[in-house]
Amino acid sequence: MAEIPADRLQTLAEFGPNLHYNHGMTIDPSLQIDKEVDTHCCFCGQQCGIKLKVADNQVVGFEPRYDFPFNKGLLCPKGVKRYLQGGHPDRLTTALQKNTAAPGGFSQINYDQAIQEVAEKIKHIQNQYGPESVGVLSGASLTTEKAYLMGKFARLGLQTPYIDYNGRLCMVSAAAANKKAFGIDRAANPWDDIIGTDVVWISGANIAECAPITTNYVWQAREHGAKIIVVDPRITPIARTADLYLPIKPGRDIALFNGVLNMMIQWGWIDEGFIKGYTVGFDELAESVSEWTLEKTARVTGIAEKKIAQAAEIWGTAKTSFLLHARGIEHHTHGVQNCLGAINIVLASGRIGRENCGYATITGQANGQGGREHGQKCDQLPGARDISNPEHRAHVAKVWGVEPDEIPGPGVDCYEMMRKIHSGEIKALLTLCFNPKVSLPDNSYVGAALDKLDFMCSIDFFLSETAQHADIVLPGSLQEEDEGIITQIEGRVIKINKAVDPPGEAKQDWKIIQDLARLLGRDKGFTFENPGEILDELRDASKGGVADYAGVTYEKIDKQGGVFWPCYDEDHPGTPRLFEKGSWNPVANGAGPFYFPDGKARFVVAPYSAPAEDIDDEYDIILTSGRVVSQFLSGTQTRRIGPLVDQYPEPCIEMHPRLAEKLNIKDNDWATVQTRRGSVTLRAQVVQTIRPDTIFVPYHWAGKRSINQCTVQAQDPISKIPEFKVCACRVVKSLEPNYIKEEQSLLQGAVR
Amino acid sequence: MIADDQEFFIDPNRCIGCQACVQACSECDTHKGQAMIHLEYVDRSSSPQTAPVICMHCDTPTCAEVCPADAIKKTPDGVVQSARKERCVSCDNCGLACPFGVPKVKVEIELMMKCDMCYDRTAFGKKPMCASVCPSQALFFGTREEINELRPRSQAVNEFQFGQQIINTKVNMMIPKEDDDSLIMVGVADPMSVDDMMMDGLFED
Repeated sequence: MAEIPADRLQTLAEFGPNLHYNHGMTIDPSLQIDKEVDTHCCFCGQQCGIKLKVADNQVVGFEPRYDFPFNKGLLCPKGVKRYLQGGHPDRLTTALQKNTAAPGGFSQINYDQAIQEVAEKIKHIQNQYGPESVGVLSGASLTTEKAYLMGKFARLGLQTPYIDYNGRLCMVSAAAANKKAFGIDRAANPWDDIIGTDVVWISGANIAECAPITTNYVWQAREHGAKIIVVDPRITPIARTADLYLPIKPGRDIALFNGVLNMMIQWGWIDEGFIKGYTVGFDELAESVSEWTLEKTARVTGIAEKKIAQAAEIWGTAKTSFLLHARGIEHHTHGVQNCLGAINIVLASGRIGRENCGYATITGQANGQGGREHGQKCDQLPGARDISNPEHRAHVAKVWGVEPDEIPGPGVDCYEMMRKIHSGEIKALLTLCFNPKVSLPDNSYVGAALDKLDFMCSIDFFLSETAQHADIVLPGSLQEEDEGIITQIEGRVIKINKAVDPPGEAKQDWKIIQDLARLLGRDKGFTFENPGEILDELRDASKGGVADYAGVTYEKIDKQGGVFWPCYDEDHPGTPRLFEKGSWNPVANGAGPFYFPDGKARFVVAPYSAPAEDIDDEYDIILTSGRVVSQFLSGTQTRRIGPLVDQYPEPCIEMHPRLAEKLNIKDNDWATVQTRRGSVTLRAQVVQTIRPDTIFVPYHWAGKRSINQCTVQAQDPISKIPEFKVCACRVVKSLEPNYIKEEQSLLQGAVR
Repeated sequence: MIADDQEFFIDPNRCIGCQACVQACSECDTHKGQAMIHLEYVDRSSSPQTAPVICMHCDTPTCAEVCPADAIKKTPDGVVQSARKERCVSCDNCGLACPFGVPKVKVEIELMMKCDMCYDRTAFGKKPMCASVCPSQALFFGTREEINELRPRSQAVNEFQFGQQIINTKVNMMIPKEDDDSLIMVGVADPMSVDDMMMDGLFED
């Protein structure tokens, strides 16, 4: 049974998070550097270029990489301090086996013995319960080669349909909306198109903290006269100096977009020529938004009428524009609808597919884009192909050298997999690059699911909170210990270069997966010698699909500073801007610029509905969650980097002074957030920069500090993205919680 | 020597408070682990506004003028250095006198340390760490031609008046051009409020 083997504090003491400060050049600036490796940051979807300094097979420092075109040397604090993962005391350098008698609950074992044990357990469980009793959870911080291999391994190596990935928590609703409207899921423009545009509309995107380098693009647009519109429940740093700030009530974005579109139609601020020539479905959409008067829009969104009207006018009358959105509108039970609403006001304006006219969702994870294109998503095969489509299956089966019916059908999303673990359908789990114990909503349910597993194996570089449930932990690789491609925020494919070898018995993840395939007796198709060979197969597998990487090579990436997909063959330079008039794509085949047989974009009616759990008398405050600039996702890496922890040591509850006064809570007081799932006690941060009906808590922390103890399981019916951005809570003043004192006694006061 | 055409420009209007500059400053070889840049919230309770402060490198540095031990030196290319270890008496006169509040005495090592514009980088043709990484480019290092092209709505100033004292600095501050009427000036005392933008009466008790 995959229960945590030791007391939480013991595991903390043994495996961290320990805070790493002094390392490499921090200790000795005169350290002899063996090499500087041109590569990219390991964290967010912007994939900033960075040089890593290497001494004695350890990353010991960094240097800005001024020549990479996207960021030209710029880095956020996470990029600056990422090198402190090098030589980290928590780094797993051997395999671990659960052992309740061992300190922290795990003892080291030989890698070969460990992987043999994993293979035996999987075989045993599959023999007893069938191949579908094993599930795989993987992640979008993996290189595309690894993500591709994970999809292939689940389907052929394990013969299970049950694989899904942490991109499910990221932007799948935007992806689904993009496919519905454009027939393709990718940022439509390179970021250079932001500079020179008339209006930048930013909905639900805390750019300054979650995509900091994009800030310079937005400010540069403003230098050249752009108006900036920011829609967010909080005055974020990017909202502070916006020309127009709309403090939307969480979960009401579609109402705003529909109201703006209605006003655009009424005032004639639409591009009729574009609508007629390049789209279908406008009349039905126009009819559907006619009910969204300013008065109704204001009532639902909580934004003043005149501000909505101003936004509609600024947007409606612009000659060029760029709309950006992120998780703020995507993390909803109507996330797809929200994104369709955003796309509808872009398409109605006709401002897409040309210079300074653009639209994009801001990718969250490193490979949020590439990681959702090549088959680790439960319903998908490489090249953004559909696992239920017979032609798509036939193409991939041919590349894989199997019969189409050897490829299992669609699986289920990662949260549904948790439910299947609870119901006993899934008995064993393999995880890589996913920390659902922290990152999934209502995570007590997730922990209870993991406890029920007959067998669990995690591949990890640090012992994440999820890996603590594993029977066997295999030591995987950090980003700088492997090479491969990643598709960043703009749709630009970039190359991660290997700086160091994995330490000790740690191995590149793709090697571990292939070792496992071999021991399962399924090594056919899992004998790649290096990531380049995986890429070659991926190129074939994606060829002819919408996400066509056929012409993407390491050499071309190096020569061009990246390659924007689709890239059809070795002579093709790639496609920086989608939907240009007269452009060709394999779906439309010359009929038009969008990825449908008629070449036209789709207006899709996006009706408003309230969040799954709205506030009521009992739970009367909206809880929303998100990120801070110095931490990343579930914090497995960033909670171990001392200077980043110091910058924002522990999560706070952001609340407006008016709400705080009503609750008798003062700044820095302890307060407890309670929902129908659970509660969390943290310090209050009383600020005027948030709606008075809403509280905000960042989600990077584990255990008693995790706000995902409180968030709701509710998911979008189309994309299955969870509703992290709205649920109902109540807040009460509290005393210092016990966990603080416990940790202080054992861990010298460091916050983990 | 720092190349004549390479200058430092600060534009607090752009600052997003991310602390990339602080984290990068602490990576400088001459003061490893210690950040010399100051980044502070102006008033976090009312606004996320932050202000980055580096040494302005005055032509006539007040810190050096008031130093009783003559410990603070300026390079020929105008960079005011941290106090010299062998001379500094850690009296904090510099810290008290600096009109920009830059020098800080590190009590544990009895030494005043401050921003030296990454002299170990800039003297060798590299950009300072903070301006290299600053994601909002509130901190910019480059030529006047570059800044003029990148910031058509702003002008660089390097003359500041404090009471009777007029100070000229090597570092420039970007301010809006006087003829730019498209800007709405919002003072610190009058921060943006969610109330202004919300529907009237929604949150009245």
